[in-house]
Amino acid sequence: MNNRLYGNLIFELSKEGRQGYTLPKNTYSHKTDELPWALRRGQEARLPECDELTVIRHYTNLSHDNFGVNDGFYPLGSCTMKYNPVIDEEIAALEAFTALHPLQPADTCQHALGLYYALQQSLSELTGMKEFTLNPCAGAHGELTGLMVIRAYHESRRDTARTKVVIPDSAHGTNPASAAVCGLEVVEVKSGPDGLVDVADLARLISEQGPSIAAMMMTNPNTLGIFEHDIPEITRMVHECGGLMYYDGANLNPMLGVCRPGDMGFDVMHVNLHKTFSTPHGGGGPGSGPVGVRQGLESFLPTPRVVCTGGTYSVETGQYEQTLGSVGAFFGNFGVMVRAYAYILSLGRENVKMVGPLATLNANYVKESLRDVYELPIGGLCKHEFVFDGLKDKSTGVTTMDVAKRLLDYGYHAPTIYFPLLFHESLMIEPTENESRDTLDAFIQVMRNIAEEAKAEPDKVKAAPLTTPIGRVDDVLAARQPVVTYKQMQPQA
Amino acid sequence: MAKVIEGLRYSESHEYVRVEGNYGYVGITDYAQHALGNVVYVDMPEVDDEVTAGEEFGAVESVKAASDLISPVSGTVVEVNEALEDEPDLVNKDAFENWIIKVELSDASELDNLMDATAYSAYVEKL
Repeated sequence: MNNRLYGNLIFELSKEGRQGYTLPKNTYSHKTDELPWALRRGQEARLPECDELTVIRHYTNLSHDNFGVNDGFYPLGSCTMKYNPVIDEEIAALEAFTALHPLQPADTCQHALGLYYALQQSLSELTGMKEFTLNPCAGAHGELTGLMVIRAYHESRRDTARTKVVIPDSAHGTNPASAAVCGLEVVEVKSGPDGLVDVADLARLISEQGPSIAAMMMTNPNTLGIFEHDIPEITRMVHECGGLMYYDGANLNPMLGVCRPGDMGFDVMHVNLHKTFSTPHGGGGPGSGPVGVRQGLESFLPTPRVVCTGGTYSVETGQYEQTLGSVGAFFGNFGVMVRAYAYILSLGRENVKMVGPLATLNANYVKESLRDVYELPIGGLCKHEFVFDGLKDKSTGVTTMDVAKRLLDYGYHAPTIYFPLLFHESLMIEPTENESRDTLDAFIQVMRNIAEEAKAEPDKVKAAPLTTPIGRVDDVLAARQPVVTYKQMQPQA
Repeated sequence: MAKVIEGLRYSESHEYVRVEGNYGYVGITDYAQHALGNVVYVDMPEVDDEVTAGEEFGAVESVKAASDLISPVSGTVVEVNEALEDEPDLVNKDAFENWIIKVELSDASELDNLMDATAYSAYVEKL
């Protein structure tokens, strides 16, 4: 529970002249007036002034308002908020990993280069791709890198007319955004009533625009959590027209240990280590979006690369003629890779095969247990996640937003809402494989309670959350008149 | 139930055009504003920009989503509804009254490709 005093903004707790530190005596002769004008501050920085205990209480209180996987069930669809085991953190905290410098000589960090190399190989084995780069720092960064590989491939063949990327209408917004950033044009392919890519619409697109299609981007299972069973036909059609297939690894979790994008005919893909391989995410990262390619596309992958020659690892940058070059600083977010590799090794070859099936079982269990009170627009088996279109009984006026807010009162993180855009009241639930039946049953009961409350006390549900430190946020006002800095809160002088 | 007005022409992507002489007032339908929820920003083209039927000319952002605006007609933008810059929620108040752009039509025959009120009502009904 947030303490009222220390829950104030750190600026509000500031008292002029208070401090929680002493600087060592300045033994340097340089003075600020030796700095060029352009580098000098025009006015005081207005930093908060607080004693150490106030700072500690302030941030400890703030942390109590937070909610993570370690606090409770977090069924945030499309995000795979799976538990990050403690052993991953223990390994990542080893000094051998935390005290590395990115420019230290290769012979002093063989263990780190070896881990990078071994993780690449594990990902190749799990996905059926020939080779990986681990350098991209996030999923979207991976998408961009993958599309750059595809572009470089077409350009290497002087096939420069291929400027379009086919993306299903159910796709996550990141896909078209990545295509646009890569200078490619987005062409949308429709979904059928079953939620799957409409193969006839794809055939029409290809017959009209085939020679200009660079790639098709897909997730499988798709954003609705449904397996695209026409995938062999789709990859055949796209390959025949000269395009490449890109696999967005956002939904790799249910496939883990069961089937592989490489075997489905995908040419380029990215993996979200921070989703599928348990490393923590949320709050903007750090993430990691390794990119894998099938045989024949390795030469385009970015540098630097880790190479193994006779059991010795080295860093190579110079000798690749077709490489994209660097896509970021050094090797990306190495700490995330350590956690992901620890996760893979601690599961082992046998247990990793249980990840996909258990994630799928949990999602179907929740879906089937709630479909009599929540609207299920597309029935049948789902994979790791599924989408409800709000409450079944719409007469109460209780919306998906209200249900999500009410869940907070019961101590649950809300599912993803109003995405995908295919439905008006989307409520997207992804339990992940880690949750016990007890947890799922308790969540199901709460969701049923809320459905009952929606009928009996709709105003209460519409006013939720009632027990959280901050009540219902006015998101319209926040979007129209955002106040994002403390300075903006100050009365205008 | 979403409001549909007689005499306007409608697109499948839920834009309407109200034709007056050689000009068309383009906006989003009542169904669209309702589906989007509270509109927080309307991204509009500038006067003298060219728009093409079937192609994007701007975007509407709501608390739920950002959606492209697809022009139902081709032509030159002669006026944008500047009131929406400060009060984007006018679209929620009355989507048909608060058009987004006024276009000088370059090809009036394109209007035949759009739905009339009866066809659009039936189209919305099925969604």
